[in-house]
Amino acid sequence: MGLRRVAIVGAGLTKFMRRAEETGRELSFYAGKMALESAGMTLKDIQCVAESTAPDAFDGVHMNGEYLSDGSGGWRKPYLRSYVGGGSGVFVVIHGWYQVASGMFDTCLVVASEKMSSCHPHPQGAFLNIFDNFIERPLGCNLLWIFALEMNRYMTVHNISHEQIALVSVKNKRNALDNPVAQIPEKITVQDVLNSEVLAWPVHRLDISPTSDGAGALVLVSEELAYKYTDKPVWIDGVGWNLDTTYWTNKDLYYPRYVEKAAKMAYKMAGITEPRKEIHIAEPYDPFDYKELHHMEGLLLCEKGEAPKLTEKGVTQRDGALPTCPSGGLLGVGNPIAASGVMKVCEMFWQLRGEAGARQVTRDCKTALAQAWGDLMQVGTVVVLRK
Amino acid sequence: MTGNKVAVIGYGISSYGALSPEVSYKEMMYEACVQAYQMAGIDPRKDVDSFVSSSEDFSEGTSIFDEYIPDQMGAMLRPTQTIAGDGLHGVASGVMQILTGRFEVVVVEAHSKASNLTDHIGLIHFACDPVFTRPLLAHPYFLAGLEMRSFLLASGNTIEQCAQVVVKNKNNALLNLLGVHSAKIALEDVLSSEPNFEPLKNIESAKPRDAGFCIVLASEKVAKNFNPEPVWITGIGWCSDSFQPEQREWAIPAYAKLSAEMAYRQAGIKQPNQAFSLVEIDDSFSYKELQHLEAIGIAGIGKAGTMLEQGAFEINGVLPVNPSGGSLGCGNFSEANGLFRLIEVAKQLKKDAVGYQVNNAKSGLAMSWRGLPTASGAVCVLEV
Repeated sequence: MGLRRVAIVGAGLTKFMRRAEETGRELSFYAGKMALESAGMTLKDIQCVAESTAPDAFDGVHMNGEYLSDGSGGWRKPYLRSYVGGGSGVFVVIHGWYQVASGMFDTCLVVASEKMSSCHPHPQGAFLNIFDNFIERPLGCNLLWIFALEMNRYMTVHNISHEQIALVSVKNKRNALDNPVAQIPEKITVQDVLNSEVLAWPVHRLDISPTSDGAGALVLVSEELAYKYTDKPVWIDGVGWNLDTTYWTNKDLYYPRYVEKAAKMAYKMAGITEPRKEIHIAEPYDPFDYKELHHMEGLLLCEKGEAPKLTEKGVTQRDGALPTCPSGGLLGVGNPIAASGVMKVCEMFWQLRGEAGARQVTRDCKTALAQAWGDLMQVGTVVVLRK
Repeated sequence: MTGNKVAVIGYGISSYGALSPEVSYKEMMYEACVQAYQMAGIDPRKDVDSFVSSSEDFSEGTSIFDEYIPDQMGAMLRPTQTIAGDGLHGVASGVMQILTGRFEVVVVEAHSKASNLTDHIGLIHFACDPVFTRPLLAHPYFLAGLEMRSFLLASGNTIEQCAQVVVKNKNNALLNLLGVHSAKIALEDVLSSEPNFEPLKNIESAKPRDAGFCIVLASEKVAKNFNPEPVWITGIGWCSDSFQPEQREWAIPAYAKLSAEMAYRQAGIKQPNQAFSLVEIDDSFSYKELQHLEAIGIAGIGKAGTMLEQGAFEINGVLPVNPSGGSLGCGNFSEANGLFRLIEVAKQLKKDAVGYQVNNAKSGLAMSWRGLPTASGAVCVLEV
């Protein structure tokens, strides 16, 4: 037992879209089936299922994990739903990791799905109920308000311009043009972002990822089994997660300290001492364009305030020294909350195996990182992958 | 358990009343956690590697509920997560984290603030499949009535034996501080209770209530540094049958059977009917206790009712079942049910069950079901 390595041997993603005709269960089924088939496996080879989906309020189903269980392949298997809000998509991979690393299981199907479109008239309405019952809810808050505060604080502290931040949106939406599952791939300019509608200053429409339906899945196996299913296993060598205080108003929003702590936990496990040299490619969480920059800094991939400069220099492009969000990220591929985190891990899996097709980055990558974020600007979840 | 076991080095319970107007859910969590930390002799800011809370958004009335757990557990800026499941599912997560060899101490919390819910039945209705089940617009307890009838028909147990479960558990609960639904009642009181989902009677359903629970888990390596006499988890299993009522096993629930088999395999248990000093098992509805006892191999199929009538499951019987009073006597703690049962077993093994202590308790089983309309459950084997 203990300290055994866990490999990813298969991955699958459904198309991300604004309004899927399929139910969440069907989306989960399709993603799980694709992941299994990519590893030459069937459900019979799977000993347990780790599932995640974000707020039940989207689907309007209490105990949504139970509802999704058979679609996710959990029928008559040990099935668990883990949940850390927007961080769930990468956390569910950590959850799958500890199920296998514990020695209790040799194979695990990790599934994340989100069906946001069931929420009418718009899923943003469901977010009113994430706020504090007494202090915040009576204000009628939505997520855009608080992220506008955070973006503004980040820009102010480091004297960052909106033009610099908009470059992330331009990059990711263009990267998504090569991604067959992408919802809103687009060739846009910085000026397009700045000219788009202001939703909550300084957040413009093109600074934000869309609401989406979709699902993703991964197959995790123990090191003893990895080469039985693939010649190119991708190893989960580091995992980290961290949850900051509920009272988000009491901290300085310019820097995500919880992401730093999650990253340090993952780096320590992976034996990484110099992340800027040792991480070759990354999928930082980018539900907003400024978040990719914010997270690069929290992940210690650059100095505080340096991420916009790296972006301007093209370092984070696919042919750059540190490609970020080569998938197209949430800004281009879409943001079905829990599924989008799994999408990021899928992308790193394909990049490390050299299977990303037109999205394949120029540099040779041995170590990759995927990260998700969520709650009230509060949770960071990180995995470090190696080939 | 793959050659290893995990210790329970501390536990805590808060709010002993049916309602808890004196505390918020945060205060309730805080009190349970502080008790557990004190018993374990740990500082949550230094000694804990990971925190787990079992909770569901709609039960809490808050979306993304994990936002609201860290501060009162001492868990801010630490690895902290929720499991959208029963308390025992949270325990399973903690156990697996420790068995990776990278975590030494993990805290698991679950609570019920059912008194905040204005429409408990509406919530269960909201958990039903929106396409196939919810449009029937039936009170969701109809599923329990149907299942009870199916179980009795298949197993040969009787309505009177189910009623006897209520008598046993409500009387047991008289001795437990948590026993807010205790009653000194007799068989005829139950049989004369109004049936509301034939053959299920009103008094045969556990009623929602409030309370907070917390346990501290530790690896074999460090457990004795904190607590020289911990309780050991030697097996834990969980399983989900089909979410669709029409597709699942009704008479012998597969979730219970398969969960138990997994836990027994880890604990090396070959004969479950002889393995335990006591059992704390889901009794959300009276028949569930008998059904679960048979599914997990404690009683033969169709035999649980007879054993109950013969007194085998009394506190001083051959195999005490729900000496705590169970959910019928103490109430339904929602996501915290599993943790309630685990702590009740731990109390017995620590000789801490004042007033309802089982003689010579050395090993026990806690089993939980997620309640209507689910087919998910978990089983945990504990030993000293």
